[in-house]
Amino acid sequence: MTHMPTIRDEDWRYADGDALASLTPSDLDVWHDVVLEPGETRAKDLVLDDSHPGIHRARLTVGEGARAEIFAIASAAAYTRLELEVRLARGAHFQFGGVTIGGGEATREFVTRVTHAEPEATSEQVVRSVHWGQATGNFLGRIEVARDAQKTDAVQDFKGLILEKGASTNAKPELEIFADDVKCAHGAAIGQMDETARFYMAARGLPPEAARKLLVRAFIADAFAAHSDAEAQESLLDNALATLGDAV
Amino acid sequence: MLKITDLHATVGETEILRGLTLEVNAGEVHAIMGPNGAGKSTLAYVLGGRPGYEVTSGSVEFMGQDLLAMDPHERAAAGLFLGFQYPVEIPGVSNVQFLREALNAQRSARGEALLSGGDFLKLAKEKAALLKLDMDMLKRNVNVGFSGGEKKRNEMVQMGILDPALAVLDETDSGLDIDALRVVGEGINAIMRQREGGPGKGVLLITHYQRLLDYVQPDFVHVLSKGRIVKSGGADLALELEREGYEAVAA
Ligand SMILES: Nc1ncnc2c1ncn2[C@@H]1O[C@H](COP(=O)(O)OP(=O)(O)O)[C@@H](O)[C@H]1O
Ligand SMILES: [Mg+2]
Repeated sequence: MTHMPTIRDEDWRYADGDALASLTPSDLDVWHDVVLEPGETRAKDLVLDDSHPGIHRARLTVGEGARAEIFAIASAAAYTRLELEVRLARGAHFQFGGVTIGGGEATREFVTRVTHAEPEATSEQVVRSVHWGQATGNFLGRIEVARDAQKTDAVQDFKGLILEKGASTNAKPELEIFADDVKCAHGAAIGQMDETARFYMAARGLPPEAARKLLVRAFIADAFAAHSDAEAQESLLDNALATLGDAV
Repeated sequence: MLKITDLHATVGETEILRGLTLEVNAGEVHAIMGPNGAGKSTLAYVLGGRPGYEVTSGSVEFMGQDLLAMDPHERAAAGLFLGFQYPVEIPGVSNVQFLREALNAQRSARGEALLSGGDFLKLAKEKAALLKLDMDMLKRNVNVGFSGGEKKRNEMVQMGILDPALAVLDETDSGLDIDALRVVGEGINAIMRQREGGPGKGVLLITHYQRLLDYVQPDFVHVLSKGRIVKSGGADLALELEREGYEAVAA
């Protein structure tokens, strides 16, 4: 029988307890298994808006020298969680760009477990969270570097932007490193809107909503900066910013 | 065009402007000089409507409207331009994108037609050339990685693009070398001098030193001290201040 998670489980600690209580095993049993052949590059954009709330889980097995790219937005009005388990073979790369954005009371979160199983694999994960109301945005990122996975290079970068008191963000990086020649970097910062910039923009004639939109766009753009398709990148940005319409 | 009457304003708990009265008519350039801490920047911010700068009494009329009743972006659309002493860096937002949106927001507020991308770039190129700022700088993020002088020239490029009726320029000359000072001075004249038959224009030039006034000749010079205008005169007053210091002249 599937173990039903609660917020006492490490990987679910920032999740929405009520939403978890209403889960059934079938919500948890669906894993998308994705295998990338050696040398293959595959990219996927995921928009988890109101047509795709809930839990989404994928397992990526990334072959030698292959490259997996996932860009995601979690903006649904209900509990939304994207979970990714990634295994990187020699010289493989995993690119993740995620944006949680929204108000209301929902929790939206990304949970990644990236295993650098062989030498010379690289991973870069950039997550931006923008919230208002009572909303919460989380990034739980675990990186495992296997014993002989030398020359691993793993980066995690999280930034949260709180538009209104009452909203929150959490970042929980976790590193388990069994090799010695490894670069792992992680950064996390949480801040508010830059009031000086807002006034500067207003002084040039931009109404507050327009200024806020430009600033939020700049803030989340990092998450999609590594996207190779400029048009898809714009459409992700527009999609995320559309949620901002109802922000205070 | 601008009529400030007995203006009192506080920042935090402290009263900084303490009964300031000043009138700027179309076609006039007024210089406001004064020692550090006199309240020059506070005056500029109060006119711009910066949050935290609270007017406790007095009035400001701008082009026949109650300026203090307007939001900062409405003041800009009404024709007020504030040149910042410390221009703000905005990572991730390009100058071109920022200014085009700002200009079109102003035009839409005034019920004017919006400018296309092509027409905007043409205008931006023309103003950048006027201030001798490389057009590539305008494609970069707002003021990020700009030198002090480049930031000030960028302020003037913005002023050229937005074409305001009244410019309040807060120490636009500080941080400029001699060549840049001349370029900026000529830029101010080109953009803000009243032209025959043109729309009314005025300038409030806040400065600490006389040197910018060699290029932008003021019609009036005022000394601001402890939140009040303590002395007014013609262009000569600036030279006198430079020679003898604020203490001697304003006493
Ligand atoms: N944000 C602020 N909070 C508190 N005091 C301030 C603030 N800004 C300015 N002041 C004070 O107001 C006075 C006037 O400052 P300012 O207007 O910047 O003068 P100036 O531009 O003439 O040098 C100074 O005493 C300064 O310390
Ligand atoms: Mg000042």
